[in-house]
Amino acid sequence: MPDLLLELFSEEIPARMQAKAADDLRKMVTDKLVAEGLVYDGAKSFATPRRLALTIHGLPARQPDLKDERKGPKVGAPDAAVQGFLKAAGLKSLDEATIQKDPKKGDFYVALIEKAGRPAIDVIAEIIPVIIRTFPWPKAMRWGELSAKPGALQWVRPLHSIVATFGMETEEPDVVTFDVAGIKAGQMTRGHRFMAPAEFSVRRFEDYEAKLFDAKVVLDPQRRRDIILADAKELAFAQGFELIEDQGLLDEVSGLVEWPVVLMGSFDESFLSIPGEVIRATIRSNQKCFVVNDPKTGKLANRFILVANIEASDGGKAIVAGNERVIRARLSDAKFFYETDLKNWKENSLDERLKKFEGVTFHRELGSQGRRVARIGRLAAEIAPLVGADVEKTKRAAKLMKADLLTEIVGEFPEVQGVMGKHYALAQGEDPSVAQAIEDHYKPQGPNDRVPNDPVSIAVALADKIDTLAGFWAIDEKPTGSKDPYALRRAALGVIRLVLDNNLRLPLYSKFSAVAIGPFLAMPKMREVARQMNLLEIIAKEEISPKAKMAFIEALKETTSTASVNAIADEAVPVGRKILDDLLSFFADRLKVQLREQGARHDLVDAVFALEGQDDLLMIVRRVEALGKFLDTDDGKNLLAGTKRASNILAIEEKKDKHTFDGAPDASLFVADEEKQLARAIDEVKREAGDAVAKENFEAAMTAMAKLRPAVDAFFDKVKVNDDDSKVRENRLKLLNEIRAATRAVADFSRIQD
Amino acid sequence: MDSTPLHMRPERSFQGLILTLQRYWADHGCVILQPYDMEVGAGTFHPATTLRALGPKHWNAAYVQPSRRPKDGRYGENPNRLQHYYQFQVILKPSPSDIQDLYLKSLAAIGVDAALHDIRFVEDDWESPTLGAWGLGWECWCDGMEVSQFTYFQQVAGVECAPVAGELTYGLERLAMYVQGVENVYDLNFNGREGSDKVTYGDVFLQAEQEYSRHNFEHADTAMLFEQFKMAEGACRKYLDAGWEGGKKERHLMALPAYDQCIKASHVFNLLDARGVISVTERQSYILRVRELAKACGEAWIKTEAGGV
Repeated sequence: MPDLLLELFSEEIPARMQAKAADDLRKMVTDKLVAEGLVYDGAKSFATPRRLALTIHGLPARQPDLKDERKGPKVGAPDAAVQGFLKAAGLKSLDEATIQKDPKKGDFYVALIEKAGRPAIDVIAEIIPVIIRTFPWPKAMRWGELSAKPGALQWVRPLHSIVATFGMETEEPDVVTFDVAGIKAGQMTRGHRFMAPAEFSVRRFEDYEAKLFDAKVVLDPQRRRDIILADAKELAFAQGFELIEDQGLLDEVSGLVEWPVVLMGSFDESFLSIPGEVIRATIRSNQKCFVVNDPKTGKLANRFILVANIEASDGGKAIVAGNERVIRARLSDAKFFYETDLKNWKENSLDERLKKFEGVTFHRELGSQGRRVARIGRLAAEIAPLVGADVEKTKRAAKLMKADLLTEIVGEFPEVQGVMGKHYALAQGEDPSVAQAIEDHYKPQGPNDRVPNDPVSIAVALADKIDTLAGFWAIDEKPTGSKDPYALRRAALGVIRLVLDNNLRLPLYSKFSAVAIGPFLAMPKMREVARQMNLLEIIAKEEISPKAKMAFIEALKETTSTASVNAIADEAVPVGRKILDDLLSFFADRLKVQLREQGARHDLVDAVFALEGQDDLLMIVRRVEALGKFLDTDDGKNLLAGTKRASNILAIEEKKDKHTFDGAPDASLFVADEEKQLARAIDEVKREAGDAVAKENFEAAMTAMAKLRPAVDAFFDKVKVNDDDSKVRENRLKLLNEIRAATRAVADFSRIQD
Repeated sequence: MDSTPLHMRPERSFQGLILTLQRYWADHGCVILQPYDMEVGAGTFHPATTLRALGPKHWNAAYVQPSRRPKDGRYGENPNRLQHYYQFQVILKPSPSDIQDLYLKSLAAIGVDAALHDIRFVEDDWESPTLGAWGLGWECWCDGMEVSQFTYFQQVAGVECAPVAGELTYGLERLAMYVQGVENVYDLNFNGREGSDKVTYGDVFLQAEQEYSRHNFEHADTAMLFEQFKMAEGACRKYLDAGWEGGKKERHLMALPAYDQCIKASHVFNLLDARGVISVTERQSYILRVRELAKACGEAWIKTEAGGV
């Protein structure tokens, strides 16, 4: 079976686009081949800075022949119908058609259309130019003389040559003949830009990969990553250091080189007075170099690891020296920024600094960063007592926590936000828990990030996230599908983890939802006003006249003045309530996802959420845990079975009678002993379980529940529910309803799967 | 190279570096222009790039452009940052297919040996909001240092480039520091001489950096600048309106003088920005105003002879 080799050789492809491009190429070509009836054994694609490559092996040499039967008119049908049939089927006369017998409806003509499969190579030659012309690069460009013409080829950077060969392993393969924008497919490629620039010919994937390697190109990005990581670790280890691994950087760097050469450089020890995070950010984002730890101190060492793209003639001395020079300059800058920040932080009053936030837009519709900081402060103060945090410290932390966004260092390296705020706050003698809260208020950022446990940190971290969620909910910018530009899912998960990991009792709805959503209540109204003024549309367009913008800002100011906010608050309250309900169900969904990921059964989660007023994340989780344990016991299993049986019977009878069987059963109508015992057991269990739930002792509630089991079992064993006496029957159904009601003290058992 | 006298060699002399680049690009068919005689933020602003990048005509040019970035002033105290520095600008339209090789050979001409150094093309999507321009290309790195910017212009002054021009911008001071092996820009050997004949970059520019930093950050007359911005904006519009031949939008006769006023407005805005008298919201609107001018100039330019009419 023949194989296909394809290489698209271009100028340097951005590192961040390579992996997806390789994937897209493989998917697009194989999808198209399969659609053409060309199935294959395997396909693999690769990317280097200068090429995308694809190998598909085990393709058939030809498309399969297509056989199609086309049903025609009845024998003896009018000529027009016959002619139409002949034309559609591509037959010259009826002699070429066969007649199919049909004794019931009458015989009819059938045309057998056979379409011979085409050679695969011809199909490939058609497919690939289309794929190249429609390739989904995030950003593509035109170039050269041809770019003057409309419809010019677009590629991520200028495309120079194409290799496309097709053939059997044992034979000299054929070149797939096609051209795209004057680039003819062939079998010539090039090696490393500097170390092996000459053209050479390739036949198929095996010799392609091997010849590239000889020409100093490692084709497989995974192999480049492996080389870099192994060499970097070894180099660090040999000098007594420890590489600080960084997957994102590794991915990027492996997309910047075709031939990785790992080297180590150093910088002046005096730079180690800069916070480690800043050194790392400087070296990482500007220089794309790794940093190393000194295992003795656990701190950064004055070394860095760079990945060059060349085996230099001097062994890399000049390259190391050059990189050291740049890093020295960068660290001097960083040191200057850091010291300037420290000075500013000390010299200017906080209020003076924070005033700048008034002019910084957080989000067009959610107002300035200044307003946001004030909002978060109020919310954090509200949360503080609930999580055992000192209110004054919390307020202080909330006020300070965004201040580092105004510093030089964070302006230069956004990724050190928070950490720098902590450094500067400590330098100024802020309370340690306030300083820590500044760093931690962003946490947890992802499922693997640390969850803060200091109460002040918790309070501000919660306030920050809840404000964001409430705000974006208020302006209806919720995550949809894969789109979550403001990372709101992460924010909700952050709240959940903060609450659960710290065992916090924080009923979201009742306790502080009003404070969270309150400031935004006017928002939908505000949007309405803006919409009426036709201003949002104007703003949305790129061409916004300064006058229109001013008018809009004025409108915002007006509608958010205290007086008008109050005036429209009444109208906005129902809207706010709806927003809140929606936000809480978003939390519920995130919690379900979280619990499921931890292995909890999703039906148990549903069974608990089905109870009214569940807005206390911790209690929900406790219930789910207790319920899970209970259902693992025999008592639990049997009670579940009994309750389900009761529910099923009730469902049937309710449907029959068209009414429910609510209300207490009448003791005087009990006939059987089992009935009386069950009623007693229900009363007892209701009381005990109710008490236990009130004490939030869900284990005890479940133990109480277990007492219900023998009575339920006995009842079903001995008692016929649908008694001939309708009063007795109704009374028994009411009793069954009571079983259901009793179990609802802990969960909605009907939601639990067997 | 060997016939080059010592004081002209790029690794010893700032001016030697400039002259070497000029000669190299002259040898490759470029018109060697002189700097534009106005204050600009980058070599791209020179009409030889901004305007000549538009329209169908072939155009190859190279020139040094003194560039002013008022905000980057550091009172002469930072070894790497200047409010006034030199860019060497090359514009090749249409972009030749061997433009990367041409660029690499120019590095070789100034003494950067590709067998010894790590030269890399690192993604850099270029966008100039004030010029209404964008392009794709790279930062060119030499041993981890950005020494040039390389851009395939896709759109300039709001007009699609057809054909596309390739733009190369060398940061001359940085490049010179690298080839001279100097840590501080003010220590650069300017004229390639030694001893008492030696003139450094500091001898030429340190005082200017100090004075202009004071000016840019503390004393620039903001009332005057606000007025100048308005005047330049008004004049640009006026010249553009007056330039349409016969009042019909078919042929324009004054695109260049109008564009000068756009340049002026842009620089005045940069000064105001450095003085910190423009708020974040206003900032955006000023950028938009300059962009509107640039776009109108681009529209006019393509209706001129050099623009292809």
